[in-house]
Amino acid sequence: MDVTSPAFKENAARALDDAQLQRALGNIRHGFVEKRRVAADALPEFEQLRDEAKAIKDHTLAHLDLYLEAFCETVEARGGTVTFAETAYDARRAVLDICREHEAKTVTKAKSMVSEEIELNRYLKKKGIAPVETDLGEYILQIRDEAPSHIIAPAIHLNRDQIEADFRRVHTHLPNERDLAEPATLLGEARTILRQKFLTADVGVTGANFLVAETGSAVIVTNEGNADLTQSLPKVHIVVASIEKVVPTLEDAATLLRVLARSATGQDMSVYTTMATGPRREGDPDGPEAFHVVLVDNGRSGMIGTDFQEMLRCIRCGACMNHCPVYHAVGGHTYGWVYPGPMGSVLTPSLVGVDQAGQLPNASTFCGRCESVCPVRIPLPKLMRHWREDEFARHLQPRAARTGLGAWAFLARRPRAYRMLTGLAARALSLAGGTKGRLSSLPLAGGWTKHRDLPAPAPRTFMADWKARRGA
Amino acid sequence: MKAREHILGKIQRALEVDPSHDAARRRAVAERLQRHGRHTVPARGQLPDEERIALFRRMLEAVAGTTGRVTSRAEVPTALAAHLEARGLPLRLRRGSDPRLEEMPWERAGALEVATGPAEDGDTAGLVYAFAGIAETGTSVAVSGADNPTTLSFLPEEAIILVDADTIAGDMETVLSALRTRYGTALPRTVNFITGPSRSADIEQTLLLGAHGPRALHVLIVG
Ligand code: SF4
Repeated sequence: MDVTSPAFKENAARALDDAQLQRALGNIRHGFVEKRRVAADALPEFEQLRDEAKAIKDHTLAHLDLYLEAFCETVEARGGTVTFAETAYDARRAVLDICREHEAKTVTKAKSMVSEEIELNRYLKKKGIAPVETDLGEYILQIRDEAPSHIIAPAIHLNRDQIEADFRRVHTHLPNERDLAEPATLLGEARTILRQKFLTADVGVTGANFLVAETGSAVIVTNEGNADLTQSLPKVHIVVASIEKVVPTLEDAATLLRVLARSATGQDMSVYTTMATGPRREGDPDGPEAFHVVLVDNGRSGMIGTDFQEMLRCIRCGACMNHCPVYHAVGGHTYGWVYPGPMGSVLTPSLVGVDQAGQLPNASTFCGRCESVCPVRIPLPKLMRHWREDEFARHLQPRAARTGLGAWAFLARRPRAYRMLTGLAARALSLAGGTKGRLSSLPLAGGWTKHRDLPAPAPRTFMADWKARRGA
Repeated sequence: MKAREHILGKIQRALEVDPSHDAARRRAVAERLQRHGRHTVPARGQLPDEERIALFRRMLEAVAGTTGRVTSRAEVPTALAAHLEARGLPLRLRRGSDPRLEEMPWERAGALEVATGPAEDGDTAGLVYAFAGIAETGTSVAVSGADNPTTLSFLPEEAIILVDADTIAGDMETVLSALRTRYGTALPRTVNFITGPSRSADIEQTLLLGAHGPRALHVLIVG
């Protein structure tokens, strides 16, 4: 996927003016937030489980080399193979080599963000292999030639009528006058078409939510069951997963599963949680004959030992974006790469470079909701702040921002001047806000006020008020 | 091989470990894998037998599964025929060669046709005998193999799972221990934790059942 993160501002402006998108984004604000809250409230141990989930990941990351070694050993002991891939290119190449070894023509795929990251579909297609996305949302995006806009609800930016139009455009073998007015009929049509793909595919590619070192298993979670058809019908199952997905034991996976589904969709447990270990055993009448795991680094090992190591705890639940006011306003595509929302704002600069994605950590109100819901307690605002500092130190910010921040820093170190100037500014803004108490335009802040009003500040600064009260 | 060494080497340098003086870390990892200790297990499922079974049913029904119960295996065939009839499905199903299934009096189920083997396109109902159940979440746990082919839980229109009442545990950890006791660390090719029928909310977050897997899931508790 091409990186359009440098155009965050332009992307955001377009998103804010896109009425279809704005309507679709309403579904996030209303659905996910409440569902997570209800599920978390129903489990008294939830906060404790979050602490434990964090500790499991921290322990694993501190011993990551050893757990990866252990995982390789157990996969191989069960008859599978593991391939390490340092870069995105190495990873997609590894998948291609396996496909070629098995003379594959078609590949079914279950949703996997890392496969987006390594641009697997585009590559396989170029090499003459047809990949078919089987998650309903991903299938819709594939026929639209679009990227996911959310890590667990990839087509959240679309409305039903758009999907209907796409199905009519692409499924031309079906009668034109068929009724597609209901989401259920759209689903039925996709189900029928994908059923044939499942039955005829040569290779099935899935991601993994966790890799268990103890048993050599890939734990794969879906609600649709598409990952299960993807891995049990073709003769080859390839798991593409990034290195930080490994956990020590089945019990560690159990605790992480308890916080994953609740944080993601508000379910106590996803419909299908599958532990896949090696190829089919002697006497098994179904299941793949070969089992491969491609372990993708693609920049992650460089995060270890840095401030950003904490980001590798992420279990891709999506809660941070579901609760993010910026994501709610602009949607996922605005972030310009695979991972949107707060987690993307931290991860994308790590993986594609802060020079490309430096705008993302700036697209935050620092309200802290992401951190407050993150099941593995990643301090997302703190990490975004690290990127900002890094960007500033490397002189990557636009001149206006640098000058502004420089001036602020100058004043912040001179309290008297600071107080005087902020006092003046507060009075001026308060007057300008008038009785409405809001400012609908402001010089130098058009970017802010174009889409919302700025609340006018109180006429006196806090410091001035404090002083006056103490004096009274 | 080179990529593996590169990546592991990069991680080791980042963690500032010296691979030749790494005994303590190695011990910590070996112990954790050996001990596979439990974390907090929710109190929700820690209930006396009958209440635990009731919780299992309640949790599953809350996610659109249906449940039934018979007192013995001998009653299963007639109960299944009645279930298919009530659902308006053809009186046929496919199952694996699990001895518990083989021994059932299928002839009592009248017109019910019973085929065996992995699922085929067009199957309307698939039957598997579960390894265990988990009351905490209403989950059935099935393992792959000739006894209960995995595809039977995914390809047919309707999935039916039999769960022995005395295998319904309060929590996931109990089932993980039972898997370890039965299989050691060599798990079957697939262990499926199934909690309700297939669903998708990808179109405008509208919840729809029967995305790719079964449109309905019926769990029949035995005992
Ligand atoms: S950062 Fe936390 S909340 Fe966001 S996707 Fe990752 S685990 Fe979930």
